[in-house]
Amino acid sequence: MYRYDEFDAAFVRDRVNQFRYQVERRLKGELNEDQFKPFRLMNGLYLQLHAYMLRIAVPYGTLSAKQLRMLAHIARKYDKGYGHFTTRQNLQFNWPKLADVPDILEELASVEMHAIQTSGNCIRNVTADHFAGAAADELEDPRPIAEIIRQWSSLHPEFSFLPRKFKIAVGGAAHDRAALKFHDMAVEIIKNDAGESGYRVLVGGGMGRTPYIAYTVGDFVAKPDLLAFLESVLRVYNEQGRRDNIYKARIKILASALGETEMRRQVMREFAELKASGTLAVPDAELKRIAAYFAPPAFEKLSDASPEFDAALKEQAFADWAKSNLAKHRAPGYAIATISLKPIGGVPGDCSHEQLDALADLLDSFGMAEIRVSHEQNLVLPHVRKKDLPAIFARLKELGLATPNAGLITDIIACPGLDYCDLANARSIPIAQQISERFADLGRQHDIGELKIKISGCINACGHHHAGHIGILGVDKKGVEYYQLQLGGSGAEDASIGEIMGPGFGEHDIVDAVERVVQTYLKLRTGSERFLDTYRRVGMEPFKNMAYLEQLHAAH
Amino acid sequence: MPLIKNGAAADDKFVAVGDDAPLPDAPAVVSLTRFLKEREALLARNTAFGVRLKSGESPALLGDDVQRLSLIVLEFPKFRDGRAFSWARMLRTRLGFTGEIRASGDFLYDQLAFMVRVGIDAFEVPEAITPDAFQRALSEMRLVYQPAADGKKTIRELRANA
Repeated sequence: MYRYDEFDAAFVRDRVNQFRYQVERRLKGELNEDQFKPFRLMNGLYLQLHAYMLRIAVPYGTLSAKQLRMLAHIARKYDKGYGHFTTRQNLQFNWPKLADVPDILEELASVEMHAIQTSGNCIRNVTADHFAGAAADELEDPRPIAEIIRQWSSLHPEFSFLPRKFKIAVGGAAHDRAALKFHDMAVEIIKNDAGESGYRVLVGGGMGRTPYIAYTVGDFVAKPDLLAFLESVLRVYNEQGRRDNIYKARIKILASALGETEMRRQVMREFAELKASGTLAVPDAELKRIAAYFAPPAFEKLSDASPEFDAALKEQAFADWAKSNLAKHRAPGYAIATISLKPIGGVPGDCSHEQLDALADLLDSFGMAEIRVSHEQNLVLPHVRKKDLPAIFARLKELGLATPNAGLITDIIACPGLDYCDLANARSIPIAQQISERFADLGRQHDIGELKIKISGCINACGHHHAGHIGILGVDKKGVEYYQLQLGGSGAEDASIGEIMGPGFGEHDIVDAVERVVQTYLKLRTGSERFLDTYRRVGMEPFKNMAYLEQLHAAH
Repeated sequence: MPLIKNGAAADDKFVAVGDDAPLPDAPAVVSLTRFLKEREALLARNTAFGVRLKSGESPALLGDDVQRLSLIVLEFPKFRDGRAFSWARMLRTRLGFTGEIRASGDFLYDQLAFMVRVGIDAFEVPEAITPDAFQRALSEMRLVYQPAADGKKTIRELRANA
């Protein structure tokens, strides 16, 4: 894990004091809400439906045991005893008091954490593949460059008042687990024909009311040039991104208006100048220095087969969990374990202070240095000895954290929705809970296989509904909540934007509609097709016919 | 409006001149529109003068003439409009402008440190921002990660010397 040195630590402490002074002036009335807003947002503080919400940065989703304990402490002392993991690998507290926030930030600083740029029209907290450094299909660990990007983007003097927010994700594996193509900008580690690694830079992806898939602007950016290239893109955006309409202010709109050729031309012009100046070059020594923090733990030389693990597989509950929640690790005898935060009927992404503390203990007792937050609102143990898995599973079970559903239909992403958010048009969480209960039967979930349901309570798409195999969008029709279905989206390397099926379903019909869509898939699939594959093969029509069937009967 | 230049209270030697007003026999600031229209006459004068850029007007529009100017005023129509941060940076690094870059309009105490970093060296400030307050704003964040037009040593450079 990255560790702050004296400079990083002083930077974050200064930032806490700066925010304390801003809050003081706000409480005294020297700053009005409009003036205070951009600064509180740059420290992750939102004003929500019922209270302030504080979003804490978990850079590229990595947390230590010490940090987990601090989050548990904050949940207890300043909030209602729980936190909520988000689709950007961050953690939100929904009930802090404004006057307490500087103290919360000070406590966070003591464990090398902050809330810098988790909101506002600036470069947001950078995200990365949650299997980084562990996945078998990884070319190179993306976290060192994520950290380099974090430092470069922290209080960037030129880019702190952008037209709109700017989200960067980083990946370095064959399988895209970071939804790269749906980001304002994404960096993908690739190898060229000469076998050297460098970066592909994608620009202009996004969700919201006009979803776009990012296109490539940098085909192969050499390693020392990364920051110069990223700064060039930001510069084009800051100068030309639209500022007249908040809904057209993201870089995706500029990227679409300029087109790929013109965007490349403009970026390359800035890049030529920045590269020549040399000021932003990332020397190899710096890259190595940062990468050293992310060196993999000393893996034991193990045989890949573990008798303890194999014996435990005879227990059905463990076998079920192992089937969906374990992924292939690069080291023999190790596995990557996903801890689902999607208990049947629960709130996706919520975690109590007891669970946070217990997870910290779990890390300590099995000698694990870190845990990860995934953008799918789950947690991940990146390096687990297979022989330890039965014991870890038993502990997770006691904590209510052993739901065996990673990647299955009940592993649902949902935004906070109208239960918390003042932008929402409809509730998301209750719909997620009902779908989860409807498909609770594990045999049925395994039969259905990989199926990603993503729910947003409004067009801003925080629940990533555009990228759901089945996406659900809450809309408001004359004060009544309706839910539109979208099919065929994907946030992976085969990224696609879901197609809208048609008119929305009422709160009491949406779960039935989802079930009919799933049944249609089960009838139509051939071989080992996933839902997404079947949808891509047969198209919307058969799903649509079935989904609206009941309503047609009712109408006749 | 008080002027703070290079961190201290300063007198404003420039007169803002409207697009149709006669030019005074003193240092004047004109809009980009007027500058482009009366370019030759303005450049022929022996008096220092400046150009005022709206937030949507890139300094690139001044072309090579930028070196003939003593002052460029960057407008901040509302504090959320951050384009002038890029214009100032462009003036200092790409165009090599060494004259005064002045911020005018709606900007906040909390933005001053960013503004100085991109190369703005003069500020038309509200009364509440005294030179003391200005210095305080600059001292809040002692360390920076990015190289910028102010040439301040970055954390990476400090690490190398630590």
